[in-house]
Amino acid sequence: MLIDSGSPGAAGTIGISLTINGERRNIQVAPWTTLLDLLRERLDLTGTKKGCDHGQCGACTVLVDGTRINSCLTLAVMKDGAEITTVEGLASLAAREGKNSLHPIQEAFVEHDAFQCGYCTPGQLCSSVGLMNEGHAHSRDEIREAMSGNICRCGAYTNIVDAIEDVMQQGGAR
Amino acid sequence: MTVQFSPAAGRDRFVGQAISRIDGPAKVTGLAKYAGEFAAPDLTYGVVVSSAVAKGRIARIDAASAEAVPGVVKVITHENRPATSQKPEDYQDAVAPPGAPFQALASDSIVFSGQPVALVVAEDFETARYAASLVRVEYETAAPLTDVAAQAGEAYDPPTKRNGIKPPPEPWGDAAGAFDASEIRVNGRYRMADEHHNPMEPHASTVVVEKDGTYTVYDKIQGVANTQAYLGGAFGLKPEQVRVLNPYLGGGFGSGLRPQYQLFLAMLAAKDLGRSVRVTLTRDQMWSFTYRSEAVQTVSLGADRSGKLQALKHDAVQGTSTYEDYQEVIVNWSGVLYECDNVALTYSLTKLDTPTPGDMRAPGAVTGVYAIETAMDELAYASGQDPVQLRLKNYSEGDQTEDKPFGSKELREAFRQGAEAFGWASRKPEPRSMRESKELVGWGMATGIWESMMMQSSARAVLGADGRLEVGNQTGDIGTGTYTILTQIAADTLGLPLDHVTTKLGDTHLAQAPVAGGSWTAASSGTAVMKACRDIAEQAFRLARGMENSPLANVDFERVVFTNGRIEVAGDPSKSVALTDVMKATGTEKLEATGEAAPDKDFEEKYNAYTHSAVFAEVKIDEELGVVRCTRVVSAIAAGKVLNPKTARSQILGGVVMGIGSALHEESMLDHRIGRFMNHNLGEYHVPVHADIPDIDVIFVDEEDKANPLGVKGLGEIGIVGVAAAISNAVFHATGKRIRHLPITIDKVLGEG
Repeated sequence: MLIDSGSPGAAGTIGISLTINGERRNIQVAPWTTLLDLLRERLDLTGTKKGCDHGQCGACTVLVDGTRINSCLTLAVMKDGAEITTVEGLASLAAREGKNSLHPIQEAFVEHDAFQCGYCTPGQLCSSVGLMNEGHAHSRDEIREAMSGNICRCGAYTNIVDAIEDVMQQGGAR
Repeated sequence: MTVQFSPAAGRDRFVGQAISRIDGPAKVTGLAKYAGEFAAPDLTYGVVVSSAVAKGRIARIDAASAEAVPGVVKVITHENRPATSQKPEDYQDAVAPPGAPFQALASDSIVFSGQPVALVVAEDFETARYAASLVRVEYETAAPLTDVAAQAGEAYDPPTKRNGIKPPPEPWGDAAGAFDASEIRVNGRYRMADEHHNPMEPHASTVVVEKDGTYTVYDKIQGVANTQAYLGGAFGLKPEQVRVLNPYLGGGFGSGLRPQYQLFLAMLAAKDLGRSVRVTLTRDQMWSFTYRSEAVQTVSLGADRSGKLQALKHDAVQGTSTYEDYQEVIVNWSGVLYECDNVALTYSLTKLDTPTPGDMRAPGAVTGVYAIETAMDELAYASGQDPVQLRLKNYSEGDQTEDKPFGSKELREAFRQGAEAFGWASRKPEPRSMRESKELVGWGMATGIWESMMMQSSARAVLGADGRLEVGNQTGDIGTGTYTILTQIAADTLGLPLDHVTTKLGDTHLAQAPVAGGSWTAASSGTAVMKACRDIAEQAFRLARGMENSPLANVDFERVVFTNGRIEVAGDPSKSVALTDVMKATGTEKLEATGEAAPDKDFEEKYNAYTHSAVFAEVKIDEELGVVRCTRVVSAIAAGKVLNPKTARSQILGGVVMGIGSALHEESMLDHRIGRFMNHNLGEYHVPVHADIPDIDVIFVDEEDKANPLGVKGLGEIGIVGVAAAISNAVFHATGKRIRHLPITIDKVLGEG
């Protein structure tokens, strides 16, 4: 799949290859296009949200090679060759491990009512998976500390911690 | 907990149950789309250029460099703006305060910092953003006035009152005389910072130009009808020319009640260019419209030696813009909460060179209750009373401001259950008397109050031959759980499984309903949905009774129940008929009904309706560092029936979190020399994050209310009210230092307060 991206004009675009939610894509992208804008505006993956565009709110969190990053602070060209997982790919991440429908963290978010408006939710979910991959957080306070880059204005924080703790107790999930 | 809202139609199976959000799967998979995420083949991107000054005029604006960038479609400024309505009243939306609403790019005049001065439209986002940086603006500046305290001397009584906002009641008794004569007196001036809503989704509008020349508009709005009517007024568009949708809203908190300028600009450009346009504001532009404006407040309480109030005075001067008289109910709450024979409540406005303030979660109550509830805490110490006992001693049994009884008020029970859950009885009353290793511990409490309202609202229901039901109306689910509770109500009324009910919201093609705000949606839309479904139930019953050999042949409607997709004789399940069989046997393709809900006039004449809360908070303070941590909150809520304990609890949690923000973090800082909010980003405007929020205990006390058939009173705002006072009072208990200026930041804890 070849996709043109970036502003028209004199500056050239750069060819990169990304594996997004398991699908390999070759993309022509302007050097100034962020990974976030690439996902939202060119690839129709609007699940990843833009809350501030400054790396201050975490709504744009995605997984790059299993590590959580702010996609708004990342130029797409910086990630040539990387494997990207967005909220749209979390379920298939679980499917790869023989689980069906939703990823356990998605199920836990629904069960614990860990969101209201839903706008920060994709970032909270990806950040949760990243956090569990890191393996540093073992208590509620450590989860709180390590999730503090993801703002939820609806104030679902305690329910988000409940959901993460629940999945961690089930043995985590990648 | 069950709600039997109709003895005839349905049994409660889902209402009262902790059902997970119906819209949950869409939100956790990224499939839920928000206003700035809808695409169109001819979509262009608009980026707003914001004024760098707060007051003055544009002397020169040069868009040539921007227009020269390849990919730029057009730069719209006040110099080339297409004409729109000339009448200010055409811009007054359904919830506008009195005045002449702001119109973007209408002239060279600048009335607030961050005011839009140009819209750059380009083929893609990056080009529009880059070109916007090339627009050169020269200003003639004037000195802005943005300090509400400094302008308090210019305060005035707004000549036109805002619709739906009760002005302060006439004073009763002799508050000044009684205050002077009181044995115990407290008197304080209370301030809090300006706050901005900052929903996670920045405001955005996508205007899609359809092939037939009509417009489909996706707007971040708490009620699509408001956007449609606004576009009708401003652009002369008939309702059939504009369909407005907003199935999901990424947080509102009041910021989406009124159509904001990105909508106007997107429609202006789309109409002008004949192309689809999306305008999304940046996070810093979220400081360029609507905010919770500070009120400078004074509260004076006089009491006898036992703490019984003899005099109560509460005055507030609030900032508004130069062009609209925004108004809130700030001081009235004091007269509703406490019984007192001598009361004076006064409220006035003063003009500031800022955008018009707007409703932000529990507007007015957050502000006013912070002041009265802090003052009550001061009175508790001054009179040697426990703060809960003092409130019980002055407990109001009726609304003195209008001389009416309450429809219901279980605040006493909220105090009791909240105190018990918190462990209030083991509190040592002396300030600085509780400590845990290095930290001082403080326990504080406060009361919260919000009005329980209902709005005229309708809903449509359609039952198909397959036994599946669709219900809906125009109101928005702003994260409150409206999709879920309406689905529960509909399923119960017609006895259907949840997955047989589809609820649609946020579309002007649906039945009329107001904006989602004021905590009135559950009562208003809920009742309308219930009535529409009950109408269908009656229709289905009539058809069923007329069927050949009908098991319901000689039965009255009052004697049947709707359950498991069947109409059944109450107490005799052997006599029943499936809804799908009724439809089939009678050759009915669908049954349709519209339900109308409106405030109950008889009830409103007799009673005043409020929700209440008792909030208990614990703080821990390292005095050397001045850091305040909120470590525990118990919020006991008396707000009528709870339709869904899971989503209801989340409403309260969210309110408490925002209240913690108000108490300890949130502060939009104006530089009065230039009239600009300086910390216009989420790095410098601190909202609570995970690490700031402890476990929060939410209690719903039983409360019977008859304002509407569902018995609900609304939950969207009561959770925040009183939280800041409870925390502020806990800080005093911990430190012995009374800080009367929110947020309580390190500098205030370490400094003079």
